[in-house]
This record gives sequence, structure tokens and C-alpha cells, in this order.
Amino acid sequence: MGIEVANVTKRFGGFVALNDVNLHVDPGALVALLGPSGSGKTTLLRVIAGLERPDVGSVKFEGEDATTRDVRERRVGFVFQHYALFRHMTVFENVAFGLRVRPRRVRPSRAEIQARVTELLQLVQLDGFARRYPPQMSGGQRQRVALARALAVEPKVLLLDEPFGALDAKVRQELRRWLRRLHEEIHVTTVFVTHDQDEALELADRVVVMNAGCIEQIGTPDKVFRDPASAFVMNFLGTVNVFHRRVSGLTPGMDAIEIQCPDELPAGSRPARIFVRPHNLEIDTRASGRPRLRGRVQFINAAGPQVKIEVLTEFGEILQVETSQKRYRALGMVKGGEVYVTPKEMRVFFDDSRPDQADSLESGSDVDTTLGRIGRPCASKKSP
Amino acid sequence: MATIVTDARFADSTLGHAVQQSSAFARWVLVLVAVAFLGVMLILPLVIVFVSAFDKGWQTAVAALEHPDARAAIRLTALVTVIAVPSNVVFGIAAAWAITKYRFSGKSVLVTLIDLPFSVSPVIAGMIFVLLFGARGLLGPWLSGHDIQIVFAWPGIVVATMFVTLPFVARELVPLMQAQGHDDEEAAISLGAGGWQTFFRVTLPNIKWGLAYGTILCTARALGEFGAVSVVSGHIRGETNTLPLHVEILYNEYQFAAAFSVAGLLVGIALLTIAAKSVIQWGLRKSVRDDAETSSAAPGVSGQPWGEQWVSK
Repeated sequence: MGIEVANVTKRFGGFVALNDVNLHVDPGALVALLGPSGSGKTTLLRVIAGLERPDVGSVKFEGEDATTRDVRERRVGFVFQHYALFRHMTVFENVAFGLRVRPRRVRPSRAEIQARVTELLQLVQLDGFARRYPPQMSGGQRQRVALARALAVEPKVLLLDEPFGALDAKVRQELRRWLRRLHEEIHVTTVFVTHDQDEALELADRVVVMNAGCIEQIGTPDKVFRDPASAFVMNFLGTVNVFHRRVSGLTPGMDAIEIQCPDELPAGSRPARIFVRPHNLEIDTRASGRPRLRGRVQFINAAGPQVKIEVLTEFGEILQVETSQKRYRALGMVKGGEVYVTPKEMRVFFDDSRPDQADSLESGSDVDTTLGRIGRPCASKKSP
Repeated sequence: MATIVTDARFADSTLGHAVQQSSAFARWVLVLVAVAFLGVMLILPLVIVFVSAFDKGWQTAVAALEHPDARAAIRLTALVTVIAVPSNVVFGIAAAWAITKYRFSGKSVLVTLIDLPFSVSPVIAGMIFVLLFGARGLLGPWLSGHDIQIVFAWPGIVVATMFVTLPFVARELVPLMQAQGHDDEEAAISLGAGGWQTFFRVTLPNIKWGLAYGTILCTARALGEFGAVSVVSGHIRGETNTLPLHVEILYNEYQFAAAFSVAGLLVGIALLTIAAKSVIQWGLRKSVRDDAETSSAAPGVSGQPWGEQWVSK
């Protein structure tokens, strides 16, 4: 079932939790609401569920207005971060709850409930746990019970609030893969909230990045990661190095960017933030003819498929650089050694740009203009 | 160098020994003080109640309880308790529900107001109702016009008892329900449960131990309330005398054995209440422990206006 959220605003006292939010969710999609805490993602989920009523705006299910419809009538399955299992009921009773509270004329028979619950417990791989009580189970198991309970009422939409937030990393990984498979199997429209970018990128078909009550970007995981619409999205998704610089001569069509020294401010330049991902910084122990930043190795973490190197530049900035194990060994880098760093690919967001300007620069078609080369190296005034 | 080390060790061990010794001494002193205090202040009076009650033989004690006035007092006390406790349970649940599950302005005022009967002297509580419902009171003329008597009749005693026992249930439930949050209720509603279904199937089982504890305390107080009831009762024998008032009357009339027999009845009920309370506390601790396990990763419990010393023990 498709969901349409239109112009939704929600305030709590003086705090604006949602500010004129619009969102369309396709039927059968698996959507992640991603953002830092306080970004409004949980409020948006609760508005969709009907647990909060928006101050302004509407929520439509399959084109039908559901804004004033009670949560009870919305046919949504809601899964809470801390499971909210009924602890005085067995797993079976928990899952059966939604069926047993139905009015008598639409309530399934005992045998039907038995069959349905057994089937659901098989689906969440908990057959044999029916007689257990929630306190006797692990976090991952409880979350699966919560999911089975939500699915028991055959919801048209499944909403999950930080479903794996309270679990440890390994269980989280497993559940993530399992939820992905489950979604492929039952194909119910699913929206989940997370502050974990890996979770959002790995699990969802579409990622909605939220910040301060607004949606910053909606797109496929690949799109939001490779082509972030704003400095916020760039910063929030993955590790990124930020250079606060003044940039001149960057217009659509021109691809030259200078990374200026902080104290050299050419006329006509504009303050900007230049973002470079760690794997887009090339590192060398010798100065080639190409433009580069000079720095010293502060820290090396060679555990893992990529070597992570922390470099202190000549301007006092700390950069995170990632390189392959092979190249790391070939270079023979040591802690404290001098290195040269060259950005291969970067994105620029002007600090003073008005929204319309930002659009022309940052929208999908002009992506290449922001992937610049370095015009010339920074002239160091503190040469040794 | 070696000597210093040895010395240090020596000093250390003597110090440790001294601390242990003094702690053992302190322990004995403290235990003795506590036991002596409890003995004089609690156990001795309890023993005296029963000894005095049976001073003139158990027949006298039974006769004192079978006296028509005593029976009327027992009936009245039972009536008052049967009305006051359930209505305070309903109020307590409603108030705790409103305070913990909804956002509204004036909430902190409500929380403070619930505590008021604890801070006001019971005598004053009684006088408030005399001033309100008495013949010269605010509502007096209207009430007498409709031939309703509240003060110096059993309704007044019920109202005064309700006032005095009002905080017990709410005070137990508010911290408990705050700690539990409303996820369970929201889950139930999202699964299609109605308001009453949610209450009886989800909320009530979650709060049952706290509710039982508050109800027990409320009952104990309702049975034993003296001050407020004394003011509104009018002390009409066989009509508006509750058990505590009856004890006082007998005592003032030098019928010590009878007074202590009736007092013994009240003390017996109180002891039963304490036993019930202990059982419930055990259940409460258990359910709180289960809670802690179920939501071990739950975020910090939001501000609790009232401490929960009884769960930390």
C-alpha cells in the first residue's frame, strides 16, 4: 500500500519536530528514515502510524485520507525499539493478541488463531518458543516476537522504530539480512527509522535523510551516498574530510578548484566547504608534480581490508585517509613520516549560497562540475 | 628499604584489623540500639495491647467486641472502608494514568495537589468538611434544604476518610507507570485493542503489584483514621462511631479491658495488612526485576517525582 505524506508539520510546545514534510512511499517499498536524534524521523513514523496527529498536513493511505483515522483503524504494524512485548503473556499470547482483541464477529476461531500464530512463529524462526515469556528471551528473539505480533494483524504497512537499536552489532547484522529476506517474502510496504547509516544503506530501497524536522534528500542508497544533495547528507553518510576554504572560479562548466591556505583570500572567492571521502584522498610519501597537501602521519590503523591513516596537514587539519593494504606496504609509511595527500574526487557546498544557487550546483545534472581537480597547491607560508 | 616495606605492611594490617574491630563493635552497638528502640517503641506496646485486652479473661474481651456499640462501630468502619478504598483506587488509577500518559498543562500542580492530604493535619481535613457541609457551612443550607446530612453522619466520615487516604494509590502508581512508559499501550492500540481492552489486558497486569501495595496502605489508613473522622463524626454511639473512635470512648470511660479488646482487633487487622504488604512487596520486586530484564537497554527513566525506596531494597 502506498503512503502519501503531504505538508505535515508537528510541534511539541516550542519545538518543531516536523516542518512541512512531504513524502511518497511506493507500495511494497522498503524505506529508511535516516537522521540524527531530534531530526524528526521517529515523529514522522508515528504520524504515519497515527500515534501522533499532525498539526498541519495530511497522511494518505492508497490515496485515501487517513489523517483523522485512529491508529486502530489504520491497519499498521508498529514495532517499537524496546519491543514493547507484553511481559505477562507468553510469546504465543503476544502474537495472538491482535487477533484476540478483535470484535467477536470478526475474530478468528481458536483453531485459526493457533494456526496463524504457529505459522508466524515459523516465519520469524521462533517455533518452539511459544510458551516462553519475553524476559526469558534474548533481545534479538524479542524483536522477532514483536515483528510476528505486528504481522499477525495482516498490516498494510509495517512501521519499525529503530528496530535494531537496542541490539549488539552482530545480532543487528543478522537481523538486518533476515529482515531484508522477510521483506522479499511478504512484500508489505515497510518504513523503518534508524540513525545508523549502514543499516539504512544496506537494507532500504530508498533512503530518506532527515535533519531538523526537514527531509534533506530522498533517493536510493547509491544515490544518496554518491550524490548527496546537501552538505548535511554528505557529512552524515560515512566518514568525510571537510576543508573550510574559500573557493574561486567555480561555476557550472568550470572544473578548477583551488584549495587555498586559510590566510590567503583571493578577491572574488566565496567561503565553501569542500568534502572529500577518505578513499578519495590519494596518499604518497614523495611529492609528485601534482598538487598536494603536505602533512605528517599521526596514526595508522592497518587492521581491516583498508588501511586507515590519520594525517595532520601543514594547516593543522586532521585528515582521514584510506588506502589499500598493498599500497600501504609499497609506500612503507611510518608514524610521524612526511606524506603528500591529493584529493581525487570532491564535492563543494558554498556556505553563502542561496537555495536556488545551491540547486543549480548540487542537483543531479551538474554533479560533474563539483568533482574538481586542484588548480594549484597551497603555498605554505610556514616552510621549514 | 625492606624495613620500610615491612613497616608499611604492618601498619596496613593493624589498620585493617582496627577497622574490622571497630566495625564489629559498631555493628553490635547499632543492632542493639535498633532492637532496643523497636522493643520499647513497637513490640512492648503491641504486647501490652493484647495483655491488657485479655487482662480480665477472654470472655470480657469477646463481650467487648459483641457489645452492640462495638458491632455498630465495626459495621461503620467496614462500610467506610468499602466505599473509600475502591473510590480511591479508581481515582488513583485515573490520576496516575492522566499524569503519566498524557501531556497537559497544570500537571505538576496536580502532582503536588495529590500530596496535599499527607501534609495537612487530619484535624484540619475534618474541619474543612465541617465548614463545607456543616449546618452553617458553605453548602449547609442547600443540603439541609434537600434533607441531606453529611456532617455528623456516615457520609461525612466516608468523605473525610477518602480525603485522608487519597494519595496512597496514586503515589504508588505514578512512579511505576512513569518507569513503564506507554509503549505497551501504544502497541496494544496499534494491534487493534480498544481502550478498555488495553487497560484490562495490558496496563492492569503491568501495574497490579503496585496497585495492590497502594490499596493495602490505603485500606490500613482507612480502617485506622482517627483525626479527620473524629471531627466530622459527632461521636453518636451506635451510629457515627468508627472503631478508633469507639476505642477512645471506652478508654475515656475507664473500660480499659474493653478498649484494649477493640484496639486488639484493629492491631490484628494492621498486622495482617503488614503481612499482605510484605507478600506484595516481594511480588513487586520480582516484577520490577523482570522489567529491568525486559528493558535492560531502555533509556533512563524520566523524572520521578517520588522516590521508590521500596524497589531498590
